[in-house]
Amino acid sequence: MKYLGLIWSNLKRHKLRTALTIASIFVAFLLFGFLFAFKEAFNSGVRMADADRLIVRHRVSLIQTLPVSYGPRIASIPGVASVTHMTWFGGIYQDPKNMFASFPVDGESFFDLYPELTLPAPGRAQWSKTRSGAIIGRSLAEKFGWKTGDIIPLTTPIYGEPSRQAARDLEICGLFDTTKKGGDTSALYFRYDYFDEARPRGKGEVGWFTVRVANASQADTVAAKIDETFANSPYETKAEPEGAFAAGFAQQIGDIGKILIAVLSAVFFTILLVAGNTMNQSVSERTGEIGVLKAMGFTGPLVLVLVLVESCLIALTGGLGGLGSAWGMLTLKNPVASVLPVFYVPESALLLGSGLALALGLIAGALPAWHALRIRTAEALRRNG
Amino acid sequence: MSTTGPDLVRINHVTKTFHRGAEDIHVLSSLDLTVAKGEFLALMGPSGSGKSTLLNLIGGLDRPTEGSVEIGGERIDRLSERDLAAWRARHIGFVFQFYNLMPVLNAERNVELPLLLTNLSKRQRRGHAENALKVVGLSHRLKHYPRTLSGGEQQRVGIARAIATDPTLLLCDEPTGDLDRKSGDEILTFLQTLNREQGKTIIMVTHDPHASARATRTVHLDKGQLAANAPAG
Repeated sequence: MKYLGLIWSNLKRHKLRTALTIASIFVAFLLFGFLFAFKEAFNSGVRMADADRLIVRHRVSLIQTLPVSYGPRIASIPGVASVTHMTWFGGIYQDPKNMFASFPVDGESFFDLYPELTLPAPGRAQWSKTRSGAIIGRSLAEKFGWKTGDIIPLTTPIYGEPSRQAARDLEICGLFDTTKKGGDTSALYFRYDYFDEARPRGKGEVGWFTVRVANASQADTVAAKIDETFANSPYETKAEPEGAFAAGFAQQIGDIGKILIAVLSAVFFTILLVAGNTMNQSVSERTGEIGVLKAMGFTGPLVLVLVLVESCLIALTGGLGGLGSAWGMLTLKNPVASVLPVFYVPESALLLGSGLALALGLIAGALPAWHALRIRTAEALRRNG
Repeated sequence: MSTTGPDLVRINHVTKTFHRGAEDIHVLSSLDLTVAKGEFLALMGPSGSGKSTLLNLIGGLDRPTEGSVEIGGERIDRLSERDLAAWRARHIGFVFQFYNLMPVLNAERNVELPLLLTNLSKRQRRGHAENALKVVGLSHRLKHYPRTLSGGEQQRVGIARAIATDPTLLLCDEPTGDLDRKSGDEILTFLQTLNREQGKTIIMVTHDPHASARATRTVHLDKGQLAANAPAG
């Protein structure tokens, strides 16, 4: 601790150089935070998936629909505990930029399949008796300032209504929360019967079914039975565990993990060069001073540690600043809420980023620290005078 | 005149050779020298005579190729690098020609630097530093940075730094070499005062006969050997 004053003074030696180096590291780790938020967003579906839940969709594509009549047939398959269905509505509130996740669902069976979503009993009761009723997640309510009892108009570009004309007036019956950490409360669910009666096409059809199996270890077997049931029909199915479905959805974008690693490796390498150059210059300029310190009795290892600590302080200031800013910005506001409702920097990324920032400091400072350790005192003093 | 005591420094048959590629450069040749405790010794000689090399050997900054260097009864040429560093911290104070102050630290913090290697608390370190600056007459410049000090003041800070740990031996390499006559005289007066009033043993390398006249004894080096051994006149 007593050497911190000396280290701090050396950091202020060339304030502009130090500030620019810290700024470049800051930007790199800000990017790190955002990229990991993207990764988390795409993988959150996988993480939130229950092992005993299957998604049953049209074999060709998720955007193809299935008959709602499939529901009772799926329920009768051995190993199936319960079934519900959902459909992507693509609801927009007033302005296209206010698109958020909205689904018509079967209100009776919905909570059997998604017990992690909690809705107080009065809200459930109200929704059950309100044909145009909807339930909304708490974060969605907070975003628009909605509350129970509000009537909200939603349009959709999917079902043929002209834009900017209210196609659905929905009455908010309650706000739901989730018991899962990082779970999504930015969605709206309304009644399928209300949706189906009003839509001009696709009546009697749903987007997909969600199935709960009686035994999670039998999930793959049950999925195969479901597909077998509807094989060679006009609406063949593809049933898979919820986690696999979410992973496959993310894979449409690309291998997020590999893209992330490639981008971050390039960034880290570049920043390493920047930070390494800064430390190298800084120590080279101080060869004489290092000689003086050694002449006074500072040992080689002590001088090495001082250089490394200096390097780590630069890296950690920029790194933790960038990570913290990414975390703070995304905690305050999700800039892509309509597309990625779950968008935050996970704790694991903060820990990893902190570790990388420390590693950056150590690696960038290693060569100049070694030089400072090895330089002979008499030789260093000669350079100073 | 200060009172001198037993030998503090013993240089016995010391040879120093530098190897530069295929070439050997013989700087010191079988040199013998003793310096008594409390003595103020001036080392004079032409450029390349080995004065600074000898000073470096005495200060533990280098090792002899042959021979022994004994300070206060301890063979410092046998110490490990780590032990030598600890020994320097305790026993040696350096005063350099170009002051070698840290530009990023003010006067007080510069003087405090060698005290960081002790077990003193922050308050004690600052107290020692203030005292040392008071001795050299710079109490009013504690918080000033080297760039705002004159050459003479910077050298006084250098001296304060050198004496802050109360070392056994002060080694001065051309302490007035970069100063005008007036400032140089002030520095020499300080050194003389340290020697006479505090009994500090000082070895000073200098080109300047005016400076060497302040010493209690002057020795001359030429081509790596002692050429004369005469007291100051």
